[in-house]
Amino acid sequence: MVFFKLLRQSPWSARIGLAMVLLNVFAAVFTPFIAPYSETEIVGDVWLPMSADHWLGTDHLGRDLFTRLLYGARNTIAIAFVTTMLSFVVGTILGFFAATLGGWTDLTLSRFIDILMAFPTLIFALIALSVVGTSVTALIVIIALLDSTRVYRLSRAVAMDIAVMEYVEAARLRGEKIWWLMRQEILPNAMPPLVAEFGLRFCFVFLFIAALSFLGLGIQPPTADWGGMVRENAGAITFGIFIPLWPAGAIAFLTVGVNLIVDWFLHIASGLKE
Amino acid sequence: MGLIFGIVVKRLGLGLLTIVVISLLIFLGVEALPGDVATAILGQEATPETVAAFRKELKLDLPPHVRYFAWLGDFMRGDLGTSLANKRPISELIFWRFGNTLFLAASAAVVAVPVAVILGILAALYRNSLFDRIISMVTLSTISFPEFFVAYILIALLSVQIVIFPSISNINDQMSFWQKIHAIILPSLTLTLVVVAHMMRQTRAAIINILASPFIEMARLKGIKRLRVIVLHAFPNALSPVINVIALNLAYLVVGVIIVEVVFVYPGLGQLLVDSVSKRDIPVVQASGLIFAAVYVGLNLLADILSIITNPRLRNPR
Repeated sequence: MVFFKLLRQSPWSARIGLAMVLLNVFAAVFTPFIAPYSETEIVGDVWLPMSADHWLGTDHLGRDLFTRLLYGARNTIAIAFVTTMLSFVVGTILGFFAATLGGWTDLTLSRFIDILMAFPTLIFALIALSVVGTSVTALIVIIALLDSTRVYRLSRAVAMDIAVMEYVEAARLRGEKIWWLMRQEILPNAMPPLVAEFGLRFCFVFLFIAALSFLGLGIQPPTADWGGMVRENAGAITFGIFIPLWPAGAIAFLTVGVNLIVDWFLHIASGLKE
Repeated sequence: MGLIFGIVVKRLGLGLLTIVVISLLIFLGVEALPGDVATAILGQEATPETVAAFRKELKLDLPPHVRYFAWLGDFMRGDLGTSLANKRPISELIFWRFGNTLFLAASAAVVAVPVAVILGILAALYRNSLFDRIISMVTLSTISFPEFFVAYILIALLSVQIVIFPSISNINDQMSFWQKIHAIILPSLTLTLVVVAHMMRQTRAAIINILASPFIEMARLKGIKRLRVIVLHAFPNALSPVINVIALNLAYLVVGVIIVEVVFVYPGLGQLLVDSVSKRDIPVVQASGLIFAAVYVGLNLLADILSIITNPRLRNPR
């Protein structure tokens, strides 16, 4: 109910954003039912123009581009979502831990994470990938760990304010363990800012994976993903065939959608009336 | 003055410490490999002899701390080791490319910084006007776009539809300055668009923050002219956040350059880093990664120091 009330008050930009995201989620969930062909099926000549059979034409190996885009949505969004989840699990646990324990645990963790954050994420990911090699698991773990530093900062700051509340103190005094404190007392109260941050982090992770795939270091072919599809078809553009713009545009479409919602969330959170 | 100097020295020390820790992490990253680097890179089929030779080449037969200090010491002296892929000294590979990367980043910064700051201030002064709304919408979309999307749109428009600029930015030392500029116009424009969007939004936010503070309202209520309020009251206070925004975005630029270099096949350090990662040429990855990191940390440090100098409040930490 709260959701519908919020939705009724939302500005038109947030509604457009929501529609854009839902369209993507729909495409990702129902891919096998919508897609006219299968993921890696070669259906015709290379770089065919748009037609009734191939709505967006075909790619550099003669696979149906529309089908690839749908599967790309499924793969890219799923991987980005799992990565963001993992980053939030690691980040919030560490952040809450630092805030509830305080003292030197907090100090060492925070200093260490400061140093990690002083390092450009893309460079770090590139070095890590050169060491462990490119695989989906490596990609998810590396990006989630790098991104969890940002989540740590936020969740620690939020939990700091909550950890000094009387009800947390009361729970501490009746001898509750740290896990109980974190799960039952802090987490429910820290939820709203974390949810807004989730959208922002998802966007970042999603763009990051797309960028790595574009560099040829992310999700490997023949799995369809948007960043990789841009890379594979990049050569077409110099012949005046604008196929790489479709997957690149799809990435932009989803991130604009998420950003429109997040913008509105931040607006509510900041309490500005203007 | 002595106080500022002390704080600046402390900051510099902290920055140096960060770089040392980063170099350690880059170094240890290779150590942390499960099993052995040599077998991991050469693959399962490698004979024990090739593995042994390769280990010797990576100097894996020495203890880790000896190798770390040797590596760092050589690095300081400009000897970055040799590439595994083509056996050439890495410094030879890197310095020319690093110059190219700085050239590209600088060309984008020269245009982006003034444009972003002016647009940001205008948007803040006329906030909630049509101008501000349009600019907000455009910049929000631009920061949501991946860099390569912007790049390919520019290629489609300015290199395929109307053939004015090359879609592949190959530059060499024989080219004159203007020829180089012509060659890098599209990558430079891509970077400029992306950075302007970020920088403009942050400048706008910083200025609005200041315009909303009580001392500005006080000045307005005293009946001071609008221009005077902006120049004498708002500007000195806005300087610190704006300088901070500029330095942080320059740091972002140095890293953002990697993807743009790959799109335009520009012979820069980013392109080399990406190639070396896919070839698993670890010495080159370590060296170029450390250079990127040092520049990034350096620019962040500059942002810190400049904001301490321009903002008296930061000089007296509690």
